[in-house]
Amino acid sequence: MTRAVFEERLFGFLKWVSVVFFVVVTAFPLLYMVSLSFKNVSELLVDPGRFLPSLDDVLSLDTYRTVLRPTAAGGQGFFRFIRNSALLAVVTVVVTTTLAVFSAYAAARLRFRGKRAISGGILLVYLFPAIVVAIPLFVLFTRFGLRNLYGLVVVYLAQTIPVALYMLRSHFQTIPASLEEAGLIDGLNRFGVIRRITLPLSAPAIAAVALYVFMIAWNEFLLAFLFVVDQPDLWTLPLGLQQLNSIEVPTTVLMAGSVIISVPVIVLFFVAERFLTEGLTAGGVKG
Amino acid sequence: MAPTPANPMNETVTTNTAAGGRRRRPSALARREERLGWALVAPAALIVVSLIVFPVLWNVSLSLQRIRLIELQRVDFFSFDPTFANFGRVTGIRDFWPTVRTTFVYTVFGTVLSLGMGLWAALVVRHAFRGRSLVRGLMLFPYVAPVVAVTLVWRIMLNPTFGIANVWLERLGLQRVDFLGRPSFTFLGAELPLALTVVILFEAWRYFPFAFLFILARLQAFPAELEEAAEVDGATISQKFWYIVLPQLKGVFSVLFLLRFIWTFNKFDDVFLLTGGSAGTKVVTVQIVEWLRGRADIGAAAALSLILAGILIVLLVVYFRWFYEEETA
Repeated sequence: MTRAVFEERLFGFLKWVSVVFFVVVTAFPLLYMVSLSFKNVSELLVDPGRFLPSLDDVLSLDTYRTVLRPTAAGGQGFFRFIRNSALLAVVTVVVTTTLAVFSAYAAARLRFRGKRAISGGILLVYLFPAIVVAIPLFVLFTRFGLRNLYGLVVVYLAQTIPVALYMLRSHFQTIPASLEEAGLIDGLNRFGVIRRITLPLSAPAIAAVALYVFMIAWNEFLLAFLFVVDQPDLWTLPLGLQQLNSIEVPTTVLMAGSVIISVPVIVLFFVAERFLTEGLTAGGVKG
Repeated sequence: MAPTPANPMNETVTTNTAAGGRRRRPSALARREERLGWALVAPAALIVVSLIVFPVLWNVSLSLQRIRLIELQRVDFFSFDPTFANFGRVTGIRDFWPTVRTTFVYTVFGTVLSLGMGLWAALVVRHAFRGRSLVRGLMLFPYVAPVVAVTLVWRIMLNPTFGIANVWLERLGLQRVDFLGRPSFTFLGAELPLALTVVILFEAWRYFPFAFLFILARLQAFPAELEEAAEVDGATISQKFWYIVLPQLKGVFSVLFLLRFIWTFNKFDDVFLLTGGSAGTKVVTVQIVEWLRGRADIGAAAALSLILAGILIVLLVVYFRWFYEEETA
C-alpha cells in the first residue's frame, strides 16, 4: 500500500469519525435540553440516565405551563420576560438598522472630511469590550434614574450600531459605484439613489444585519444584569432565566425556559442560514 | 456578498474626481456631498461618541475617585481630588494575581482550542457529502444559541447528582465528579485544574463555529489549481494540507486569533454563568462585577477595568509589532 493510498483511506475514515463527533457534540446538548424540558422533575431525579421523556409528560406540557404562568398564579412569569426581551430586541433592531444603513452608506460612498477618522473609529469601537464601557454607563444611568428598559435600549444601541456599521460598510463597498452614478446621471438625487438602487441591491445584507442585531439584543446578559437585576418587572429573558437558576426552581422547568429563549434564534438561523453565514464572515459578530 | 476587502471600481472613481478637483474651490456638488455625508453619519456617530468614547474617558476619572454606590446621588462628578487608592485596593487583595493568571490561561487555551476545532470542522465539511448542509447548520447552534441557555444545559449535564455525564461515569464503574465545582484533579501524577479546564472546553465548544465559518469561507475561495497541480505531482493528502492549504490560511488565522483573543480576554458571561467564578475559575471581568455589584465600590471596579484594558492594549501592541500578518486577499 503506497503512502497516498494509505492516507486516502485513513483520512476518509477519520472524516466520518469527525462528522459523527461534531454531530454528537452539537446536537446532543440541544436534544438533551429539549428532552429534559418536557420531563417531570421527579422523573429526572429517579432515573437520570433515561433520555426520552414519557409521552404523558410531553402531552401535558406541565413545565412550559409553569414557566409561562404569572408569578401571582404560582408560575415563573416568563410572559413578562418575553415581552420585555421582544420589545428591547425589536426597538434595537429598527433603530440600529435604520441609522446604520445611512451612516454605513456615507462611510462607504460619500466624500467628506473626517471620513477616514470615522472609518478607523468604527473598527476600533467594534473591537471595544462591553465590560469597560459598562461601569461608567451604569454609574451615569443610576445617577439619572435611567436604569430601566429605555436606558437599556440606549445601551444596546451603543453595542449594536458599531457591529451593524462595520458589516454594512464592507457590504456597500462591494456594490459597483457605476450603478449609482448611472442613477445620478439619470436625474435621481442621493436619497433616490439609496432608495431605488442601493437598498434593493442590499436587501439580503440588510436582513442579515437586522437578524444579527436581533440575536445580540435577544441574547444579551451582562448589561441587563447590571442595569435591571434589582427590578424583577424589567427582567429580560436571559436575566430571568439566570435568576430562576439561583433560586429553587426545578431543573426541568429551567430547561423549558431555555427552549423558549433559544427557539426564536434557532428558527431564524435555520430559515436564513445561507445569507447569514455569508453575512457573518463579511463582518463578524462580536461575542 | 463575497467579503472582498476593496473594490477596484470604487477606487478608480475616487481618484478620478480627486485629480479633477485638485486644490480648487470645492464645487457646489462636492460641498453638498460633504454636508450630506456628515448629516448621514451624525446620528450614529453621536450615539457612539456619547455612549462609548465618553464613558471610556470618564471611566479613567471614576477610577481616581473614591465612589461607592450608595453615595452616588450625592457625588459631584466634576470636583474631586484624585487618588490612586482604588488601584492599590484592587491589586492588594489576595485574589488579584491568581485572577490575572486564570484570565491568561482561559484566554490563551480558549482561543487556541476554538481556532483548532474551527479548522478541524471546516476541513470536515469542506467537500460535499450527503447531509453536509445539516451538519453545517448544526455546527452553528453553540454560537447562536443564547449563552444563558447553553451554560444552563452544560451545568445540568455535568451536575454531580443527576447530570447525564455522571450517570455514564457511574455506569462505567467510575466515581462521580463535580466537574464545575472541583478546582483540580490528579492526572498521571500531575495536578491539573478541573473546573477551569471544563470552562475552557466550553469556550472551545461555543466559539469554534465562529472560526469555522471564517476558515470555511477562505477554503472555498481557494483556487483549485494549486491543489490539483500538487496532486498531479504526487502529493498526498497530508502534504497538500501542510504545504498548500495551511500557508494560505495564515492571514485568516491571524485575524481570527486577534478577534477571539480580545473577546475572550474580556469575556464575562460564560465564566459567570458556568461557575460564578468559583473553583479556581475567577477571571478579571468576574472580579470587576464583584467589586461593582457585590461590594458596591465603583471606584475599584473602574480601576480594575482600566487595568484589564491596559493589559490588553500592551498585548495588542506586542501582537501587531511582532506577530500580526496582514491578510492578503
